[in-house]
Amino acid sequence: MDECPVDCIYEGDRSLYIHPDECVDCGACEPVCPVEAIYYEDDVPEQWAEYYKANVEFFDDLGSPGGAARTGVLAFDHPIISALPPQVVAGA
Amino acid sequence: MTRTPTAHQPLRVAIIGAGPAGIYAGNILARAVQDAGGEVGIDLFDSLPAPYGLIRYGVAPDHPRIKGIVNSLHEMLDAGTIRFIGNVDYGTDLDLADLRAHYHAVIFATGAIRDAVLGVPGIDLPGSHGAADFVSWFDGHPDAPREWPLDATDIAVIGNGNVALDVARMLAKHPVDLLPTDIPANVHAGLAGSPVTDVHVFGRRGPAQVKFTPIELRELGDIPNVDVLVYGEDFPRDEHSERLLAASNNQVKVMTRTLNGWLTREPTGAPRRLHLHFLHSPVEVYGAGRVEGVRFERTEPTADGGVRGTGEILDYSVQAVYRAVGYRGTALARVPFDEARGVIPNDGGRVVDAQGAPLPGLYATGWIKRGPVGLIGHTKSDALETVTKLLEDFDLTGQPGRPEEDAILALLDERGIRFTTWSGWLAVDAHERALGEADPSPVTRERVKVVPRDEQVGIARAESLVSS
Repeated sequence: MDECPVDCIYEGDRSLYIHPDECVDCGACEPVCPVEAIYYEDDVPEQWAEYYKANVEFFDDLGSPGGAARTGVLAFDHPIISALPPQVVAGA
Repeated sequence: MTRTPTAHQPLRVAIIGAGPAGIYAGNILARAVQDAGGEVGIDLFDSLPAPYGLIRYGVAPDHPRIKGIVNSLHEMLDAGTIRFIGNVDYGTDLDLADLRAHYHAVIFATGAIRDAVLGVPGIDLPGSHGAADFVSWFDGHPDAPREWPLDATDIAVIGNGNVALDVARMLAKHPVDLLPTDIPANVHAGLAGSPVTDVHVFGRRGPAQVKFTPIELRELGDIPNVDVLVYGEDFPRDEHSERLLAASNNQVKVMTRTLNGWLTREPTGAPRRLHLHFLHSPVEVYGAGRVEGVRFERTEPTADGGVRGTGEILDYSVQAVYRAVGYRGTALARVPFDEARGVIPNDGGRVVDAQGAPLPGLYATGWIKRGPVGLIGHTKSDALETVTKLLEDFDLTGQPGRPEEDAILALLDERGIRFTTWSGWLAVDAHERALGEADPSPVTRERVKVVPRDEQVGIARAESLVSS
């Protein structure tokens, strides 16, 4: 998030979400993601297709806030993420 | 109103270089001081009349999405806490003593804008170019020549990073597909006259060691009427390579898939071709009086992830060579410089002397601090590190007096420096957008760049005079 030049990585309760319209496709976040969870949309592996959907739909109601600093940490997640069983070790 | 220097006043910081590194540093500094309940005055200088550094003069014109970063940077400058002062050259118009007299701290964010050296015989032959010079030309840099020799049908691009891809793409793309960009008319006319049919990109290492980013590599396959060609003999299947690939990150795996896909793709018979060659180490650029070809030595992977020469020699007939083997920083007057690395020696952003001792009040961030590696976003976390050091060194409750904020502008006026301001840049910005709107070409053009320095300065200063 310190790497995103346009501050388009938003923090939900349990997951981070990349704003599909605010992102400029620079790729700076890909190599620094500690869990290698960031893919360009065309490269999202089949088994993660649901997360792609969750990422996009997360912004359905938020619209385009113009930077994660404006929203701060959001206290909710996309239903797909909320429905996941709790993890013992917190993800990044 | 003249305010005499007082013993205790807010921190004043000069940032040299208004590219992403300088703007992020200014923004992070302003926010951090604000959060701490303090005050800071930040002046952001650039040698060019316009802000944004390599986003304006380094990002390829057919990458408007990346240029979207400008919107974020614009907001940071438009917030009013950072004062932009353009067309002021550090070392010529202002020296270190001037900055020391007016500011408590100076952050150097001058980047790396020259081509790194490629030490092979013949590299200086006519027809051999540095990528940075070509980029300056197609991006309409005011100090670059307006004419560029585009008379080659076969061109070699040496390097395996994104700049090599930018250069190759700009050379191979049909000019009609560049019309919707912000390229100046002379650049479009120059490219329209190019007889190029084949652009060859050469990497010293293997396809799994490229320094591209996945999206920029894939983009090559979508250029209209240009075939991308790769060669099976450049794809090592040895155990070292397989092991390296298995251990590589997602980006490398994605790029390997892209490249492998092209191995089996049938060429469409397009009039222009873009060839990607791997395991080719440049040995010499040859030709009688001008470039006639490039000689390479075939390399092979080694166990440690590098490559070594095999002795096999491969010659390619080309009439032009572009080296895109990295950028290099330039030394600044009265600031230490590491000639070997092309950076200002520093400890986490604190400028240090030859003995490693910090030089109080001097900082560096961005490519001049850590070398020309990484993407624009990486500059942001880098700026955070430098600003954190700076704030450790200064007490926000008060600093020794400095001349009033406008004294530096008076000094520039006194020296006859035609500096530009933020409102001046807004005028240039509006002017360029209007040029785009008025452009008679059949495509929508958001902007057409104004190139000459005098013209930019004239537009910027006319606006300043009106608004003041």
